[in-house]
Amino acid sequence: MKKAISVTVNGVVHHQDVEPRLLLVHLLRDVLNLTGTHIGCETSICGACTVIIDGQAVKSCTILAVQADGASVTTIEGLGTEANLHPVQEGFWEHHGLQCGYCTPGMIMAGAQLLDRISSPTADQIRHGLEGNLCRCTGYQNIVEAIQYAASKAK
Amino acid sequence: MAEKYVGQRVKRTEDPRLIQGLGHYVDDIKLADMLHVAFLRSMYAHARITSIDTSEALHAPGVVAVYTGQDVSSKIGQVPCGAALPDLKVPDHRVLATDKVYFVGHPIAAVVATDRYAARDAIDLIIVDYEELPAVIDVEGAASNSTVIHEHFGDNIAYKLTAGEGDIEAALASADHVVKQRLVHQRLAPIAMEPRGVLARYLPGEKELTLWSSTQIPHLMRTQVAIMLGIPENKLRVIAPEVGGGFGSKLNVYAEEALLGWIAMQLARPVKWIETRRENIQATIHGRGQVGYIEIGCKNDGTITGLRYNVFADMGAYHQLLTPAIPTLTGLMLSGCYKIPAIQMNTTAVFTNKMATDAYRGAGRPEATHVIERAMDMVAAKLKMDPVEVRRRNFPTPEEFPFKTATGLFYDSGNYVGALDKALEMADYSKLRKDQAAARKDGKIIGVGVSTYVEICAIGPSAATPAGGWESATVRVEPTGKVTVLTGASPHGQGQETSFAQIAADALGVDLNDIAVVHGDTAIVQYGIGTFGSRATAVGGTALVLALEELTKKATRFAAHLLEAEPESLQFEDGKFSTDGKSVSIQEVALAAHLARNIPADMDPGLSATRFFEPKNFTFPFGTHIVVSEIDRDTGDVKLTKYVAVDDCGKVINPMLVEGQIHGGIVQSIGQALYEELVYDDQGQLVTGTLMDYAVPKAAMIPWLELDRTETPSPVNPLGVKGVGEAGTIGATPAIVNSIVDALSPFGITHLDMPLRPELLWKIVNNAG
Repeated sequence: MKKAISVTVNGVVHHQDVEPRLLLVHLLRDVLNLTGTHIGCETSICGACTVIIDGQAVKSCTILAVQADGASVTTIEGLGTEANLHPVQEGFWEHHGLQCGYCTPGMIMAGAQLLDRISSPTADQIRHGLEGNLCRCTGYQNIVEAIQYAASKAK
Repeated sequence: MAEKYVGQRVKRTEDPRLIQGLGHYVDDIKLADMLHVAFLRSMYAHARITSIDTSEALHAPGVVAVYTGQDVSSKIGQVPCGAALPDLKVPDHRVLATDKVYFVGHPIAAVVATDRYAARDAIDLIIVDYEELPAVIDVEGAASNSTVIHEHFGDNIAYKLTAGEGDIEAALASADHVVKQRLVHQRLAPIAMEPRGVLARYLPGEKELTLWSSTQIPHLMRTQVAIMLGIPENKLRVIAPEVGGGFGSKLNVYAEEALLGWIAMQLARPVKWIETRRENIQATIHGRGQVGYIEIGCKNDGTITGLRYNVFADMGAYHQLLTPAIPTLTGLMLSGCYKIPAIQMNTTAVFTNKMATDAYRGAGRPEATHVIERAMDMVAAKLKMDPVEVRRRNFPTPEEFPFKTATGLFYDSGNYVGALDKALEMADYSKLRKDQAAARKDGKIIGVGVSTYVEICAIGPSAATPAGGWESATVRVEPTGKVTVLTGASPHGQGQETSFAQIAADALGVDLNDIAVVHGDTAIVQYGIGTFGSRATAVGGTALVLALEELTKKATRFAAHLLEAEPESLQFEDGKFSTDGKSVSIQEVALAAHLARNIPADMDPGLSATRFFEPKNFTFPFGTHIVVSEIDRDTGDVKLTKYVAVDDCGKVINPMLVEGQIHGGIVQSIGQALYEELVYDDQGQLVTGTLMDYAVPKAAMIPWLELDRTETPSPVNPLGVKGVGEAGTIGATPAIVNSIVDALSPFGITHLDMPLRPELLWKIVNNAG
């Protein structure tokens, strides 16, 4: 029994008939072909699937697509372009905030949303603000610097 | 060659696609008509399968096929073990379980369906009758356990091995003190953030099978899967697309990789399987898993006389690609960075009802370093000497290199005192000790830990490796002057698209952005070995240097012909060949070489070179890590209040990438030291089966890491590089544990086994047993 939903993703309105159990992350990846949002666990711990829904950082693997009905979703593909990167994307590039790149979209989305809440976070606030996102490659230090860079750049 | 890029903090060329979410990992690739595979896996650690009923699953909506061990075991060869050791027992390892299951997560059946939800639903409709058997879990008791996992072997011993040189009995007898300690290296999960995944496509007309797999070794995997499937190797193409981390866990050939290929061939439709995290923790290789007994002899002045390590090594239920070889790397590195005249390691490798262990970042060397670095601290405690002093007393001097160990290695180059002194200065060690004494008076629980490590990298000479220790590179200058580098290495986060471009750009005098580094596709790239063992730059980078030299020689002859000069008279600088005021650029030379209208008669057209580099020895990076820890008396929680690391990985191509590798490695070590442990209960249930239970460190758990380097070039390769991928996981754990044992020494603690969780420490501090 499919349900009709309407979701705005990166500014584009999508009308879809979806199974009620379809996860938002699968709607994004499998239906809308926005594969920048990754899946790294199924327990809402790793944060690779983080997107921004109506201003909140949300793990798209633990919310159903039908719960996003009527919402506005921003994924990594909607954050910036190569010619006009978001300051957090730029920070990750400048400060080597990524290695394998798999956690990166979720980490960048969480970082961008953190800066929306706290414009000049301390290193400690960044570290705690990223508690929902795991990275196995970088050891986090350069990610902290990347977000600090973005904070100073945004001023 | 002018070094414009090499040695610089060049921003990564990989990053623009990755920071925009535009990379393509396996699950991001979609093919028309693609089906999805899900696996039914054993819920028992050890059981006989008495029946499997797949009829209901076969009729479930969307299901196209269901396969069990009976369907495939005679069609697909064994999951390979590449390690060769005397009298090694190698169990028959089929891609799906047949009559017995041997560990929780052991694959039993594969369901193929039109979407991943349907495949997963149908798994629950398969009915398996099990006759549960006692599980062999305890590593030390496995050898004598009356339950035998692979019954025809008669016992659970995979192999026994004695290694080392020198008269260990005499060495320990001559010591003033012999310190003994039992020591556990707990099982760990590598947890690459991208789980494994395979996409298989078969073209029946062309008889071509393509596998996209999240692997570190596309070429080795192609060879092995071709053998498993009985298909010609030249009709199998393996592509490692964007790979989301490996840490050794993707340095393997897995059952799922061959099985997906076979299913694609049966159905003539593309099939995809993406591992869930639960499957990843159950059925992707684990790391470490040793329980050992140290005996170290020392003189009253701190001189080490000998070291014996008797170890039980946990293989798990089967061998994966390198499982039995991992403890042998421990044996090789037991000497650490010390002169120890006699070393003996006695290994009893055992089968248990768990997932196989194999190469997890460091692969046997973290165990060795933990043994020797804990042992050095215990010697210091016994002699009431400063742990730094004990280490210093046993170092070889820089003049003693190449330094021969009693484990049969020749360390290439080293300056252990140099790295130690630099770290001591950065940490202000003597002040740390004074501060510690003062803090203790105030009731604080503070410790200082030191580790001076050496590791073995650039793996390695072919004679010492199961599948070739060389690496390959091709360089082409295309007709338009753009440069293509094909490397047999298979980077998955290390950044070699950038660092190899730096090497090539300097050698050819071209812009970095004019270079494309291509890897991970067996149809495009000449045979290679892959990325693991901190080898890509030292071995693959050297192959690239050799190819660049050969290409430059060819280009010089083309240029000389164009300039009507002798090749010896040409200068090559900034991408231009010049003589007597005339010059031609390498781009012009490339075009002329391809047009071939005006080239020397004895030269082939085109401008490319392929070289293979076989290293003569391993490389041996080293360093010193110093940690200060403070334990909260009320909670048992540990705060690492200072972390100083001085690492020496030889010459450096890109310092930014080196720092990134060190950061990541140290943090995985912090995970092992303080948080991570794969726990199987006595029935063999994996009780840490998700990221909710298996504690990967988060950003707020990590201190600021203060890094510096010393630079002792390796004489083994022309770049002088050593390798850095695993240094952090090798050097850091003992420094952290040593700091906490030091903090707790007033409580009578001389040793603790990892992970040092708050509960354990709280009990010690609060005397609650």
